Amino acid sequence: MLVRAVDQVNKAAVEMCGITKRFQVSGRGLRRRPPVEKLALDHVSLEVATGEITGVLGANGSGKSTLIRVLATLLTPDEGKASVFGYDVVRQAAAVRRHINRVSVEAAFFKEMSPWENILYAARLYGSGGAGTRTRVEAVLDRLELPRETLDRPMKQLSRGQQQKVAIARSFLTSPSLLLMDEPTTGLDPRSRREVQDLVNVVRAERAATVLLSTHDLAEAEALCDRVVILDEGRVLAEGTPQDLCREYATDGQPATLEDVFLRVSGKRLEEDVEEEEAGS
Amino acid sequence: MIANSFRWEANAFIGFVERQRNLYRRYWAWEAVWLLYSLVTVLSIGYLASGLSTLGLEPSGVSLRDAQLFLLIGALLWTYLSMVFFEIAFAVTWERWEGTIEYTFMAPVRRITHLLGICAFSLAYGIARAAMIGLVVVPLFKLDLSHANWLSALLIFAAATLPLLGLGIFTAILPLLSPEKGEQMAFAVQGILLLLSGVYYPITVLPLPLHLAGLLSPLTYTLSAVRDALLHGASPSNVLPSAAILLAMGLVLVPASVWCFNRAEARAKRLGLLKRSG
Repeated sequence: MLVRAVDQVNKAAVEMCGITKRFQVSGRGLRRRPPVEKLALDHVSLEVATGEITGVLGANGSGKSTLIRVLATLLTPDEGKASVFGYDVVRQAAAVRRHINRVSVEAAFFKEMSPWENILYAARLYGSGGAGTRTRVEAVLDRLELPRETLDRPMKQLSRGQQQKVAIARSFLTSPSLLLMDEPTTGLDPRSRREVQDLVNVVRAERAATVLLSTHDLAEAEALCDRVVILDEGRVLAEGTPQDLCREYATDGQPATLEDVFLRVSGKRLEEDVEEEEAGS
Repeated sequence: MIANSFRWEANAFIGFVERQRNLYRRYWAWEAVWLLYSLVTVLSIGYLASGLSTLGLEPSGVSLRDAQLFLLIGALLWTYLSMVFFEIAFAVTWERWEGTIEYTFMAPVRRITHLLGICAFSLAYGIARAAMIGLVVVPLFKLDLSHANWLSALLIFAAATLPLLGLGIFTAILPLLSPEKGEQMAFAVQGILLLLSGVYYPITVLPLPLHLAGLLSPLTYTLSAVRDALLHGASPSNVLPSAAILLAMGLVLVPASVWCFNRAEARAKRLGLLKRSG
């Protein structure tokens, strides 16, 4: 057991080498257009060290969610290799799944069921759920400042912020070694956003988990992440610590912001791109 | 190691059963509506049989009571079989509706555990629902089940479970293959089973191609053998050939359907179909 734990610490949490993923997007309606191939990930290579919070920065459609889905064993890459704690995400998917959990932008819950019922279900799937689970769930919810009475109300009656907290509580209870967070603060009000961001730090500090966080919020990335990876049109354009990147892309002796870095490497303004896409969707 | 793995899967199995129970509890109003709908359907079939005499359609050589019993047993069994089939067949679809499909599919649990968990609850719930309807129908129509051989009926019921699960799992694959049309196709399969399996008539009345297709449906043997047991008191040895056919079908259908489900899941992950909701 100890050997396994040491082994795990020595291994990179995530290793991706030349990961490529294409989708066929077919037209709809009576006059069906021929399918178009969309390149979601283009030979992505990256490494995430154990215990780090790594941010994947990119606009909508840049490939962030695809990257996270590949690591979550929900998508099979067309080319390349990816591993989580040394386990191949395709050939050893079952072993990978025991080490990960994912908090996605949309709360993946049975909406009529209560937080307790949803968390109990998750606990059962991750090897717990016996006696004492309720007490542990209540303790975690207290830690997240969620009122106890929300525990038995249907999920659909909870605010987005509360639902996202329940999602994080659910991932807490399954004790993942790698937590994949796919835009966990998108659509939240500033207060809920800050609370969720605080929780990400708690996950690392208290659970010693590695976190891969996809976001298009530059301030969030700067505040939370040890390292950031800038992704655009499925390609990694830059990676490093926020400080190193800001130093590297400084102009006239003035340190750059992450937004400047994103503009320089992609030729786009991230916030504008996101706003345009949100307005168009 | 093996014991740990078994404990893990058993725990997850309980999780799926619990989840289904909680979902049904939360959607109780819909369940009440479906129960009422099933009851009304069975009652309608019963009254249809009662009304035959008023139309001067007394079946020759068969008493009206026997005809009514034949139809009601079919209706009652179809209530059970179609409900179990529907719940298993819509395992994937339901997760898509709820938006939980990715969460469930990335959980560290074998797919067979997932599917068997859903199946176990469906069977228990299906039996309970059919029993509730039976408790209304039998006294209301004063059905004479004094000749029934319940042991034989139970034997067939048990033997039919496996192929029924296999058929359900096969149909659950459809929404994985096509998020856009899979759900509609699952409904179509249910309709075709109703037509082919002799729920309200012996399949000999069907045109030859449909008759032959009906012979491939496990529900045909289930309905026929349960009727023999309940109407004519067929002994366990009499229904043994049907039970053997059902078991053989189950032994082929269950592993084949789980294997196909795993292949369909791998394909969905390759093509990115898991998340798409149509």
